[in-house]
This record gives sequence, C-alpha cells and structure tokens, in this order.
Amino acid sequence: MQLKIHYYALMREQAGRSEETVETSAATPADLYGELIARYAFTLSREQLKVAVNSEFSEWSRRLEQGDAVVFIPPVAGG
Amino acid sequence: MRVRFTQSAIDTIEARRELLDLAAGAYASFEGWVRDHNEGQVVTRLEYEAFQELAMKEGERIIADALRRFPVKHALCIHRVGSLDLGDMAVWVGVSSAHRGEAFDACRFIIDEVKHRVPIWKKEHYRGGDSGWVNCERCAAAPHHHDLA
Repeated sequence: MQLKIHYYALMREQAGRSEETVETSAATPADLYGELIARYAFTLSREQLKVAVNSEFSEWSRRLEQGDAVVFIPPVAGG
Repeated sequence: MRVRFTQSAIDTIEARRELLDLAAGAYASFEGWVRDHNEGQVVTRLEYEAFQELAMKEGERIIADALRRFPVKHALCIHRVGSLDLGDMAVWVGVSSAHRGEAFDACRFIIDEVKHRVPIWKKEHYRGGDSGWVNCERCAAAPHHHDLA
C-alpha cells in the first residue's frame, strides 16, 4: 500500500526531504519506522518519538491503511 | 483559533484586544524571548518549525483544558515560526479573568503545556557556526547513555 510521510525538524534534515509517498508492507507505524530508520539512518530511536496518523496522535500499534498520512514527532521544544 | 502560528512579529496589542471582557478585572500575559545563550553555548539566532495541523489541534485542547481548570474568561496563544533573531518574541500567551490569581495560574499552565505537548521544534544556531535541534541532538548523539546511567 501507499502511505504519505511528512518529516519535520531533525528528521526532515536527516531524510533530506519534507515529504514523500512510500510503497510499503508495514502494518503499523512501528513497522514503518523500522523500515525508514534503515533507509535514512535516523539518529532518534522510536522510544524518543511520538507518531501521528492523519494529523492526530496515534498508537504505534495502529493498523495502517492505504493513503494514511504519517508523521514521526521528535522531542518537541516550543516556547 | 485560540492558538495561532505566525511568520511575522507577534502583535500583542491586537491579541490583547481579543481578551477584553467587561466581566474581567485581570489580564496576565507571558512573552517568551530569544535568549543569547543556552546550556553553556552562545546562541546567535533560532528557527522554529511546527507541524501546524496537529499543533493547532493540540494547542486548542490546551486552551480548553485551561478554561476547564481555571475560572478564566478568555485565553489565547500565538507562536512564531521561521527564523528569529536575539530579542525577538517567540511566543505570547494572554489570559483575562475576573481576578488576578486565576489569570496568572492559567497563563503559567498554558505556556508549560505548550512547551511539552505541541509539535513545535527549535533549532539553535551557535557562535562558531554549529547548530542543533533542542532536545533532539544530544539524546540522538548518545542514545544508549540513558540506559547505562
């Protein structure tokens, strides 16, 4: 299935892009991060991240569906 | 929306006007400014980046939490994104209420929650040319030290 991924901050720099559409068999955001960390050598471990699916915070074990938009959220620093 | 993001300077006069209420006898605000140092480094400028769609939703939930928790009339938060210079205002929070106590308390609650919950990231640029994403780089550079500590 195809998923849309948006990258922000440190992860945008490490991926070298702010978004992409990927063809994947990853069933969950956790599986997907496992694929992407191998591709881009992200330095943040999954334990340091949160994840959003379709612009809402999500569990790592959620079942992904065709066309879902996924964002991995590095530690935040507003203010 | 009671939480907003802007690429340009925050207009606090205009923002404050939205909090006016004849039942309010108090107004408290917080301004976060770009500081010239952080954790021993000399900072020369900052960049903020937000995942705006989720940041606005989470910000709206924080304002709703504040209005539930404290008997305040109105609350508003505006956060800069993009490149900021030293001394620039990065964030503004304003609250109006009948009495001062709850205005101070709600203002403090909102800025604390924004810092912890809203997907906004800050990149510091240091004297000498180095830069780093706050809360991301040091952990990332040594992810296993936490386990060993």
